[in-house]
Amino acid sequence: MLSRTASNLYWMARYVERAENTARMLDVTYRMSLVPKDARLADQEWFAPLNITGTLYPFGGRYSQVNATGVMRYMVLDPDNPSSIYSCARAARENARAVRGSITSEMWEVINGTWLEVQRLSEERMASDRVVDFFEWVKERSHLFRGVTVGTMLRDEAFHFNRLGTFMERSDNTARILDVKYHVLLPSVDDVGGAVDYYQWAAVLRSVSSFESYRKVYRDVIAPLKVAELLILRADMPRSLHACMNEVYEILQQICGPGEQEALRLAGEMHAALHFGRMDILFAYGLHEYLTEFLQRVHELGGEINRAFFAVDARWLAA
Amino acid sequence: MPNAMTYAANFNEMYTPDGTVREHYAGVAEWIAATSPDRIRQMREAANMLFHRVGITFAVYGEEAGAERLIPFDMLPHIIPVEEWRKLERGLRQRVQALNAFLKDVYHGQEILRSGRIPTDRVLKNKLYRPEMVDVEVPGGVYAHIAGIDLVRAGAGEYYVLEDNLRTPSGVSYMLENRKMMMRLVPELFSQQSVAPVEHYPDLLLDTLRSVAQPQVENPTVVLLTPGQFNSAYFEHAFLAQQMGIELVEGADLFVDDDDTVYMRTTHGPQRVDVVYRRIDDDFLDPEVFRSDSVLGVKGLVRAFRAGRVTLCNAVGTGIADDKSIYPFVPEMIRFYLGEEPLLNNVPTYQLRNREDLEYTLAHLPELVVKEVHGSGGYGMLIGPTSTEREREAYRLRVLDSPENFIAQPTLSLSTCPIFVEQGVAPRHIDLRPFVLSGKEIVMCPGGLTRVALREGSLVVNSSQGGGTKDTWVLE
Repeated sequence: MLSRTASNLYWMARYVERAENTARMLDVTYRMSLVPKDARLADQEWFAPLNITGTLYPFGGRYSQVNATGVMRYMVLDPDNPSSIYSCARAARENARAVRGSITSEMWEVINGTWLEVQRLSEERMASDRVVDFFEWVKERSHLFRGVTVGTMLRDEAFHFNRLGTFMERSDNTARILDVKYHVLLPSVDDVGGAVDYYQWAAVLRSVSSFESYRKVYRDVIAPLKVAELLILRADMPRSLHACMNEVYEILQQICGPGEQEALRLAGEMHAALHFGRMDILFAYGLHEYLTEFLQRVHELGGEINRAFFAVDARWLAA
Repeated sequence: MPNAMTYAANFNEMYTPDGTVREHYAGVAEWIAATSPDRIRQMREAANMLFHRVGITFAVYGEEAGAERLIPFDMLPHIIPVEEWRKLERGLRQRVQALNAFLKDVYHGQEILRSGRIPTDRVLKNKLYRPEMVDVEVPGGVYAHIAGIDLVRAGAGEYYVLEDNLRTPSGVSYMLENRKMMMRLVPELFSQQSVAPVEHYPDLLLDTLRSVAQPQVENPTVVLLTPGQFNSAYFEHAFLAQQMGIELVEGADLFVDDDDTVYMRTTHGPQRVDVVYRRIDDDFLDPEVFRSDSVLGVKGLVRAFRAGRVTLCNAVGTGIADDKSIYPFVPEMIRFYLGEEPLLNNVPTYQLRNREDLEYTLAHLPELVVKEVHGSGGYGMLIGPTSTEREREAYRLRVLDSPENFIAQPTLSLSTCPIFVEQGVAPRHIDLRPFVLSGKEIVMCPGGLTRVALREGSLVVNSSQGGGTKDTWVLE
């Protein structure tokens, strides 16, 4: 298939997934912000979404104070923030429009409909009593997109690139969401393992729709090591890093030809580390350090996929 | 009821002059009578919503970048009785055949010029004549594979060809989407009457495109070349590519190698392309030959085309046959190449390069329509009867500056067809663009795209000028 088409399909799926995960990340932050706490720490959790998306600096250039209103506005509505939900919906739609011929009309209608609706968003809809509903809506649109994709799209290369985008983005985003916990401070060292700590880990679980799964798998109280295990190493947990890399590796096995072996090798290496990884070793290494390194490797794999499939060959430019 | 005040002089497609419903409109008239205005309003809203959701929009030049608008859709169909359509079809076939023969001739032996039927300078000095095409062989001798012929009805109901569109005619996606919409909104009308289907157009088009691949190619790869998603007709490009199951490519997706062969860049390396259905104008097609600043085109495409390594649809240089300064000679082409009398009328045309015609036109501006010879899309026209004194003065100066760039035609009293308005139905002017496909043979879908001038009294049906569209029925 056309390199440009493959690239558009891949990025369309990535932006849909990114919008969903931005909603999830804001959702977890919002839930954490509701825990009663010391006035000195008011609003401190709103640094987390900015830190983990690397947008604290550009945010500071446009807003004077880090608080719920500002961060919400920046990460949901701000058309000048390239990773806001608004911008993701627009980018997904632009990519979809460029490949309308390669996606089903149902997929197009979901993406176009979402964009039409997002354009009507207002601050009002972001008011505290409705914000959770809004996050739900974003998630639903993303679920709908994936459902329609799986339910209507021919299983050809176009499908594979679309799915590749979904799981590359999700592996990145799950790692970032899990890292939120690192960036949100506990009131004091004594609180480690306390009620606030417990509540924050539960919020992380809920934000990736895994609270019930956790209970089912562990039949136990919420413990950090197990939360991390569920979201990193469990292959049966659909948003875990292991599950994402399973998909990525499998898709690459299907689409990689002789000229694209490096992408396959990188993915295989990451997949093997997750497949044979052990939580205690990983924890001893440091969760935050591990996640930071993982994000770096996802980034490298993305670069390799781009080089292998989307980039314009130098030979062609000379032609 | 038709508005007797403004449209009395025009042929009404639905009503006879005494106000009775024409026979072929009986079914629709009954349906209108039986449907409440509220229900009709609901359907119109539903149609608008659906068109928006499906994204059937066009970009408007000169507005905010990326602005998209709906082309207004009117639910009252334009109906043509089948006997009438058969006559039109014969006329269209004849005309397109002659136009293709003319194109082949002017790029080869130029017999029609030597016979003196068309002034040689008018062709050879025309900026739309492409010397690059001289002696280039194209498969089957077909140049204009896709032709949109604009027809209007005037006076007592006789048809005229308003203009031929032989470069990159657009609008066919609206023909298809309008039909889909009508079948969704009022299925009962289709079950009660026998409306000729149009849904097979993409198949006809794909067959046509494949049939003009170079003869040695066994299973030709066809692509649609679009200027990209900011082009006003992008929706149509994407729609047609999808319907035909071919790749929608942009200039940057193609390249021409040292073997003069066109390839597309795919995820697994270059793949050969045999037929390019291009929706980019000649000027932007190939920076190697035409505008060197074009970023939309493909370097070397014309080289590959001239070497017979790829088929371009339509071919380069078809503009010489649809130029308004050549239009007056089409009946003569039909006589010259086919030895037949033209079946479709031409609109009488004054050529302002001729002194007499110029003087007449300037003296009768309020009665005439004046157009730029190379213009299209309804831009840059003067419509005498609705123009102001000031507009006419400004236009007069433009004409005097370069009379050879203008033609004038009498204002035809265009036929009208009713549309739904807030207070029921009212007549508006329409035209009809059938799409004629030429490959191994000439084929077309019954009907075409009906465009309607939505503003009361307006004669301009172009979508860029506030026109709308209707479904077109050929009724058995």
